[in-house]
Amino acid sequence: MLQVDTTTNIIIQVSNLCTRFGNHVVHSGVTFQVYRGEIFALIGGSGSGKSTLLREMIMLHQPDSGSIEVLGIDLQELAEAATLSLHTRCGVVFQQGGLFDSLTVRENVGLPLREHTQLSNALIDEIANSKIEMTGLSAESADQFPHQLSGGMLKRASLARALSLDPELLFLDEPTAGLDPMSADGIDELVRRLRDLFGLTILIITHDLDLLWQVADRVAVLADGKVQATGSMAELAAMKNTAVQAFFEGPRARAAAQQSEKLTTAREDKVTSCTGAPS
Amino acid sequence: MPKAIRLSHAARIISNEAQSLALSGQWTAFGLGILEKQIDSIRRPRNTKLFADATQIELFDTAGAWVLQSLLLRLEKDEVLVTLIGLRPEFGKLLAFVDHQIATQMAIPHKVPLKSHSLLDRLGRAVVSVISEAMALLTFVGESANAFGDWIVHPSRIRWRPILFNIRSAGVDALPIVGLLSFLLGVVVAYQSADQLMRYGANIFIADIVGISMLREFAPLVTAIIIAGRSGSAYAAQIGTMEVTEEIDAMRTVGIPPLGLLMLPKLIALMIALPLLTVFADLLGVAGGMVMAQSQLAVSYGEFLDRLVKAVGIGTCLVGIGKAVIFAAIIAVIGCFQGFRTRGGADSVGRQTTRSVVEAIFLVIVADALFSVVFSALDL
Repeated sequence: MLQVDTTTNIIIQVSNLCTRFGNHVVHSGVTFQVYRGEIFALIGGSGSGKSTLLREMIMLHQPDSGSIEVLGIDLQELAEAATLSLHTRCGVVFQQGGLFDSLTVRENVGLPLREHTQLSNALIDEIANSKIEMTGLSAESADQFPHQLSGGMLKRASLARALSLDPELLFLDEPTAGLDPMSADGIDELVRRLRDLFGLTILIITHDLDLLWQVADRVAVLADGKVQATGSMAELAAMKNTAVQAFFEGPRARAAAQQSEKLTTAREDKVTSCTGAPS
Repeated sequence: MPKAIRLSHAARIISNEAQSLALSGQWTAFGLGILEKQIDSIRRPRNTKLFADATQIELFDTAGAWVLQSLLLRLEKDEVLVTLIGLRPEFGKLLAFVDHQIATQMAIPHKVPLKSHSLLDRLGRAVVSVISEAMALLTFVGESANAFGDWIVHPSRIRWRPILFNIRSAGVDALPIVGLLSFLLGVVVAYQSADQLMRYGANIFIADIVGISMLREFAPLVTAIIIAGRSGSAYAAQIGTMEVTEEIDAMRTVGIPPLGLLMLPKLIALMIALPLLTVFADLLGVAGGMVMAQSQLAVSYGEFLDRLVKAVGIGTCLVGIGKAVIFAAIIAVIGCFQGFRTRGGADSVGRQTTRSVVEAIFLVIVADALFSVVFSALDL
C-alpha cells in the first residue's frame, strides 16, 4: 500500500528491549530503527535472538521490558482489533513457509483477501495469480498443494501470500536458506523489485552474505543480547568490533565481498531495466 | 483497518457527467468494498470522449489498480475513448505493473474445469481404491511377517525396550478406563437380565448370563474397542507425523528398518497387553454383575461365585483371551499401516488417524462375528 502522508519516517522503533527465558537472557537492551522504504537486515550467530526479536516484532511473543513501535503503533497493550489491523499491514514470510497444507497455492495466497475484504472471488483469484506470477512461480504451481512444491517454490509461494494484502512492511525470515544459488539470486532481485514497486519497507533475517551485500541498505549485528553495530555492509566491514568482524572473516565472506564489487558496476543498468515498469 | 475505513474514505466513482468520471477515496483491498460490483454499470456510448479523473485517489494498492485497469480495459473494448488523468506518478507505476500482469494472465489459456464424473465412473474409482488399499494392506502384512521372521532368526535384533514401553503405554496406562467401563458393562448386563430372570424365579442364573457374556464376548470386544481408539489412533498419528517430517526416510537411510523399530514392538506389546487387559476386564465385569445380582436379585456373593464356577468353564475364558490376541494384531497392524500410508501434511495425518480407528473397530467386529460362526461350527 502506498502511504501518502509520511507523518513519520521511522517504521520500526525498538528501544531498550529485554527478553528472558527463565534465567537465559536473550536480549539485554536492544535498540534500533528501521526507516521507510529501506531494506534492513538483522544478522547474528545462531542463538543470538534474531528469531525471538522477529517474533516480538510481529506480536507472537511479548518482551519482558522495553518497547517496540511498528508503523507508529506501540505494540504494548494493543487491543485485539488494533492487533488484527496491524497484522494486515505487515507481511511475514516464515522460514518453513508456513503455508496451509490443505489449500492450494492460489487458495493460500487468496486467503487473507477472502477473509478480510469484500472483493469478488474472481478478482481475488486474479490478484492471487498475479502475486504468484510476480514471485516467479509458474501458473501450474498455483493449483498445486504446498507439499508438492520444492523448497524454493515454497519460499516464493509464502512470499506471494505475505504480499496478498499489499503490506507496508515485510518481514523475511531466512528467505534464501536452503535454496540453490540460482534461486537465491532470484530472491535477491525479487526483494529489490518489491521495494521499488510498492515502496515496501523490508526487514530481513539472514545469514546469506550474498544477499546482504546485494540487497541490504543497512545491517544490524546482534550479539551478546545487544545491537553491536549498524551500518551498510561496507561500513561494517571496516569496523574493528570482534562480533562484527566474525561475519567478514573466512573465505566465504571474502568471496561474497569480491563478488559484490564486481556486480555493483554491472547492476547499475540492470536495476533500471528490472525496476522500471515492466510493460 | 478492515472495519476502520470510514465511508468518506471508501473508494468511489462519480459518473454523473457524460464525459467524465471522478475517482476518489482509498482504492485498496479494504477500501474498495462493494465498488467492484457497481463498476459494471458504468457504460458509455461508442466513441465518447471520457476523462477519468484520478486526482482524488488517496491510497492505491494492487487490488485497486486491478479494478481500475479492468474498468479502463473494458471501456476501451466498448470503443470509448477513455483517458486517465491526474494519477500520482507512484500510483502510475503500480498501474503500469498491473496492466502488464493482466496482459500476462490473458495470455495464459484458461483451463477448462474438469467435468464431474458420472456415477459409474465414481463407482469404478471407489472400487479401484478399495482394492488397491487391500493390496497395500496385504503387502504390509507380508513385510511385517518378514521383519518378524528376521527377529525370530536373529533374536539379538529384538528391541525389548520399545516393547516394554509400549506394554506400559497401551496396557498399564489403560487399566483405569478399561476397568471402569467393563464394570459398568457388567452392571448393565445384570440389570437388564434381572427383570426377566425374576419372572421365572431363575435368579441364580444371573451368574451364567453375566459370566458367559462378559468372558466370551463383552470383555474382549469392549477392551479392543477402547484400545483401538486409544492406542491404534496414537500409532497412526505418531508414524504419520514421522512420515511427514521425513523421519521414516531418515531411518531407512541410516539402515534402521522402520518396521522393526516402529511396528513390531507395538504389535508384540499389544498382543501381550490386550489379553491381559481382557482378563482384567473379565474380573471387573463379573464384579459389576455380582454387585447388581446382590442388590436386585438378592443373590449373595458366595452363591454367585459358587454358580459362576459351575457355569463357566475354563474354555469360555480362553476363547475370550484368544480373541483378544487376534484383536490386538488387527489394531496394531491397521494403526501402523495407516500411519505409513500418510502422504503430504497435517491434513493427511488427521485423515489416516481417523481411518485407522474406523477400520480397526470395523475389522475387530467382523473378526468377532467370524469367531462366533467358527466356534459354533466347532461346537466350542
